[in-house]
Amino acid sequence: MDPEIPTISIVDLGIVTKIASESPEKAFVQLTPTFSGCPALKIMEQLVKDALLEAGYQQITVETSFETQWNTNMISEKGRAALLQHGLAPPPKHDGYFELDVLSDIECPLCSSRNTTLHTPFGPTLCRSMHYCKNCSNAFEAFKPVS
Amino acid sequence: MEFTDKHVLGLKDLLYRMADDLLILGHRNSEWTGLGPILEEDIAFSSMAQDKIGQSLALYEILHELGESEPDTVAFTRNAEQFHSCHLVELPIGEYDFSLVRHFFFDHQSALRIEMLTETVVEPLQMVARKFRGEIKYHTMHADSWLKQLALGSEEAKIRMQQAINETFPYALGMFESSEFETELIEAGIFGGEAQLKETWLRVISEKLNNFGYTMPDIETTEPILGGRKGVHTEFLQPLLDEMTEVFSIDPSADW
Repeated sequence: MDPEIPTISIVDLGIVTKIASESPEKAFVQLTPTFSGCPALKIMEQLVKDALLEAGYQQITVETSFETQWNTNMISEKGRAALLQHGLAPPPKHDGYFELDVLSDIECPLCSSRNTTLHTPFGPTLCRSMHYCKNCSNAFEAFKPVS
Repeated sequence: MEFTDKHVLGLKDLLYRMADDLLILGHRNSEWTGLGPILEEDIAFSSMAQDKIGQSLALYEILHELGESEPDTVAFTRNAEQFHSCHLVELPIGEYDFSLVRHFFFDHQSALRIEMLTETVVEPLQMVARKFRGEIKYHTMHADSWLKQLALGSEEAKIRMQQAINETFPYALGMFESSEFETELIEAGIFGGEAQLKETWLRVISEKLNNFGYTMPDIETTEPILGGRKGVHTEFLQPLLDEMTEVFSIDPSADW
């Protein structure tokens, strides 16, 4: 699971990019960083190794690679639902190009209204932007779109 | 094309200048943490600092694969004369007008350099450039918003921002100081070269500054401030490094 957002698995976030097992004791997992500066990378590598050990593998390789470059479209539907459950608005889908205005009417995770404003595209972690809902008068955070 | 020793040296030089710029500017940006003029700006600079330091790590990792030392060793044990960063990034954060202008000048250069490198023949660098592209977008959007907004502000805002633009411009030109390997980098398809990058950057910056309502400094009469790429730095870099490495230096062999 993602160390900072416990409701979501790294598989649903699109972080796990390759899985291979050439024999019953061998396991290979490739991860891709969400953000170059994500501080949870090393922790996630370790958590994956721990999980594989627990599952009974003995020859374990976990590598982090930029071979597949992560973007928010790689979050699964299940992942988006988990983000919402955690109180975070999921990122709007994009076709690789977008301007800041896609952040100006993000659906409020609390009341579902689109009558919201962008407060700042930055937030307490690299993946978050901060918003305000004019409908229910709550501040909320969104998982911001990344291409 | 087979890489000669000179090609590899040129690639390493390019990676060092990029990674060093990002590490030093990342450190400077982090100095706004707790001091930002408003909370959202405090968060903005802190967030962008984290991005930049993370990007420097990705580049130091590529250097490590090419035979250089481990990223922590490279980042925390070199002295000023071993850094290939430009003078622009080591200057103290100053007032917010300077920091915003530096952010505007540097981040557009970074975005354009990365864009050129999305086509490099060096695969690991190509992948990393494609990753950085999406991250840097938020940085340039932020810089543009502030430059645009302040030009529409008070007289003080306009005067201070224009002054910061004029004073910072010679330092900004130092980002494009030529390496000894320009020909090699271009011929091997590694990188299109500092001259091409500078030309594109001047065009982009000029258009934006004019649109926002500022005066673009005159490139013809501006003397670029050079030296950083060759390890010649201002008096500000070593104290920065001393502070940045203070905790690491207590016990360089410790496991954090």
